Amino acid sequence: MIAIIVNGKRQQVDVSSDTPLLWVLRENLGMTGTKFGCGIAQCGACTVHLDGKPIRSCITPVASVSGKKITTIEGLSANASHPIQKAWIAEDVPQCGYCQSGQIMSASALLVAKPKPTDADIDTAMAGNICRCGTYQRIRRAIHRAAAMMAQGGAK
Amino acid sequence: MSQIINLSRRGFLKAGIAGGGLVLGLYLPASRRLAVAATESVEQFSLTPLVRIGADGRVTIIVGQSEMGQGIATSVPMIIADELEADWSKVRFQQAPADPAFGDPERGGAQSTGGSRSIRSMLTYWRRVGAAGREMLITAAAKEWGVPVEECRAEQSVVIHQPSGRKLTYGQLAEKAALLPVPKEPKLKSPEEFRFIGKDVARLDTPDKVSGRAAYGIDVKVPGMLIATVQRCPVFGGKVASFDATKAKAVKGVRHVVQISSGVVVVADSYWAAKKGREALRITWDEGPNGQQSSAAITQLYAETAKQPGPVARKEADAESTLAAAAKKVEAVYEVPFLAHATMEPMNCTSHVRKNDCEIWVGTQNQTGTRATGARITGFPPEAVKVNTMMLGGGFGRRGQQDFVADAVETSKAVNAPVKVIWSREDDMQHGFYRPATYNVLRAALDDRGTPTAWAHRIVGPSISAERGQKLENGIDPSMVEGAANIPYAIPNLEVQYIYKNVGIPVGVWRSVGASQNAFITESFIDELAAAAGKDPFEFRRGLLNKALRHKGVLELAAEKAGWGTALPPGRFRGIAVAFSYASYAAEVAEISIAKDGKVRVHRVVCAIDCGVHVNPDQVVAQMEGGIVYGLSAALYGAITIDKGRVQQSNFHDYPVLRINEMPVVEVHIAPSKAAAGGIGEPAVPPLAPAVANAIFAATGKRIRKLPIRPEELQSS
Repeated sequence: MIAIIVNGKRQQVDVSSDTPLLWVLRENLGMTGTKFGCGIAQCGACTVHLDGKPIRSCITPVASVSGKKITTIEGLSANASHPIQKAWIAEDVPQCGYCQSGQIMSASALLVAKPKPTDADIDTAMAGNICRCGTYQRIRRAIHRAAAMMAQGGAK
Repeated sequence: MSQIINLSRRGFLKAGIAGGGLVLGLYLPASRRLAVAATESVEQFSLTPLVRIGADGRVTIIVGQSEMGQGIATSVPMIIADELEADWSKVRFQQAPADPAFGDPERGGAQSTGGSRSIRSMLTYWRRVGAAGREMLITAAAKEWGVPVEECRAEQSVVIHQPSGRKLTYGQLAEKAALLPVPKEPKLKSPEEFRFIGKDVARLDTPDKVSGRAAYGIDVKVPGMLIATVQRCPVFGGKVASFDATKAKAVKGVRHVVQISSGVVVVADSYWAAKKGREALRITWDEGPNGQQSSAAITQLYAETAKQPGPVARKEADAESTLAAAAKKVEAVYEVPFLAHATMEPMNCTSHVRKNDCEIWVGTQNQTGTRATGARITGFPPEAVKVNTMMLGGGFGRRGQQDFVADAVETSKAVNAPVKVIWSREDDMQHGFYRPATYNVLRAALDDRGTPTAWAHRIVGPSISAERGQKLENGIDPSMVEGAANIPYAIPNLEVQYIYKNVGIPVGVWRSVGASQNAFITESFIDELAAAAGKDPFEFRRGLLNKALRHKGVLELAAEKAGWGTALPPGRFRGIAVAFSYASYAAEVAEISIAKDGKVRVHRVVCAIDCGVHVNPDQVVAQMEGGIVYGLSAALYGAITIDKGRVQQSNFHDYPVLRINEMPVVEVHIAPSKAAAGGIGEPAVPPLAPAVANAIFAATGKRIRKLPIRPEELQSS
């Protein structure tokens, strides 16, 4: 048994220690918002937060995060009310939507680190997240919008 | 023509769509159905509604087309709700199961999503359903009040008796309207009366896509479900000769290892166990006839083949003798590679084959084909195969195929349990149906004023149609010559030929299909002619488009918005291209710079699109943005290469795609048009590669005749 803390809740999972966190989240805990895209940390679809920092759950053995705090898209807000999610809705960012959980997790971590990111900051923080539908321009706009919302403080 | 039918009283309880109210659907008479659909009973046709207005006033639109990012799950509700005069806040969508009721009447009832076709095929049908519902609700209210129908109107899900101001809501009227006959010819609104069509409307699926709740095929969970992954022969066309599953079965969590038609499948309690079990398999392959195939050999075969004439796709006057007599000739060879779709969600499918029926959960672009696949493998009639369409994590043509469906149905049948088959990214990259690689010989003649007098284009390549088993009429695969046989320029002598060569690499439709490669080739070559004539590439094209006014319109619009001809900052250059595909016209101007190491940076793309009447302008813009990114990924990086019959690429590290730090500013301008609805999913792709390649020529004088663009050829010292 391996113990992990996901979205504030302590969970015990009976899996081999090398199982990637991604599959534990999806198959053992039923949290399917975190997506499988490449399996080798190339696309970012599996991004979650580990102690607030974005990581690729597809290459993260579950044993390595035992006892640490994991946040997934399901834990970002109860009802899509995080400023990033509101900004994503306002810009109608998603097309197929498959990469967007990962995009949102990367973007939300960026805004914690840099509350007012420049375009260059966005390029650096978001270059690990692929979107085949090509929503990058809207992602950029939505991040700036979310930053403005958070600066105003009214979007919580 | 499909008939609108009132399904309100037809026993929906058994179809699970109960709840009363007014329920309307479409019925396609048997005489119009394709064979595959015609085997199904009439009852099947009457089970699935298109729109239901409940006693609670909720309007549910059941969308038969697959939502793969293009916004159809919002556009169909917009169309129906507009004619219905529904209150948008009460409108919901549901993804439909496979059911011929959702088939395209223009295509024999086939239910599939592709060819940028949904709205251009179905717009009027959906409008009629909405209008019929509105008239029935108004009639029900008029009866209730004992007043003439003409005194009543509908607005925001309420019928109003104008003289008295009395009101009844759609919820109050739904049960009564359900008792009325369907009007034969419901009156459609005039475009000036549209409330949603042509207006920006937020997508209905966005909230679930930002919260992780949207359910894709890979997210399906069925009680008792096992997870499987398939080891396929790395060589196309190869087969399992023998295998040893001893070590695979020893992996904890592995339940079954069986051979299916695509390879050896490992079935386990989890994906990780299945993957480890698969890695422990020992398989001897019979590689079949393609074990020595390579990209170099394919190019050589194509080049050799291109020396001889081939079947003619289009011929105007006499290109050959004009070329023979011409004072000025331009000749070039263009090559494009195989391309993978690389949808973000790898292929997957879940199936449960039971004693007498089969259920499938899948993100598919082809429900009719999925049902047929299930029926073929199980031996059940199509009605016994239930297809649950899930959200698609990208389609681009790949999810019209049936290979991943067959994996799941065969495996479930073999192990007698519900099974989800998940492809790895490597499986997805190496076992696709690729955009065909082609080899093109082009020749043109110019007169002494620089006007083109002849154009000859010979295409050598695989055939999507022939390799699907379709017969090629006169040797021509229409999808392989689209964008080539129909070039819009007024050139009096013209001949386009296509020579089919099957090289053993599976090919399929890839976002914008033939136009994706042919626009690159023809729009680059026309640029070569402009250069040979010493003319501006925009003006040169413009002068040849006097009988192709919609091409000319978008070309001019893109040029104007891009500031064609105005000064650019040092080091920046422009290229332009225009293309027709899927009943729409798109022109793009790309603005680029080239670094010393030869790396091309696209800074800005200005796109003009004439897609006729359109439903959701913001989603037209989104599809243009997306098509430009898809086209740019391919132009800069896209290549699937073959060695020893195997794909050499495996994942995003060696099949790179555009990332946000490389994203150009994209500006989209929609040409006002009253023409019939055109497609929007694909038309932005074709002009992108030539616009960029032509900008590279403007920058360097070097012509890109082979994709992807190779920085090593553009280095400056």
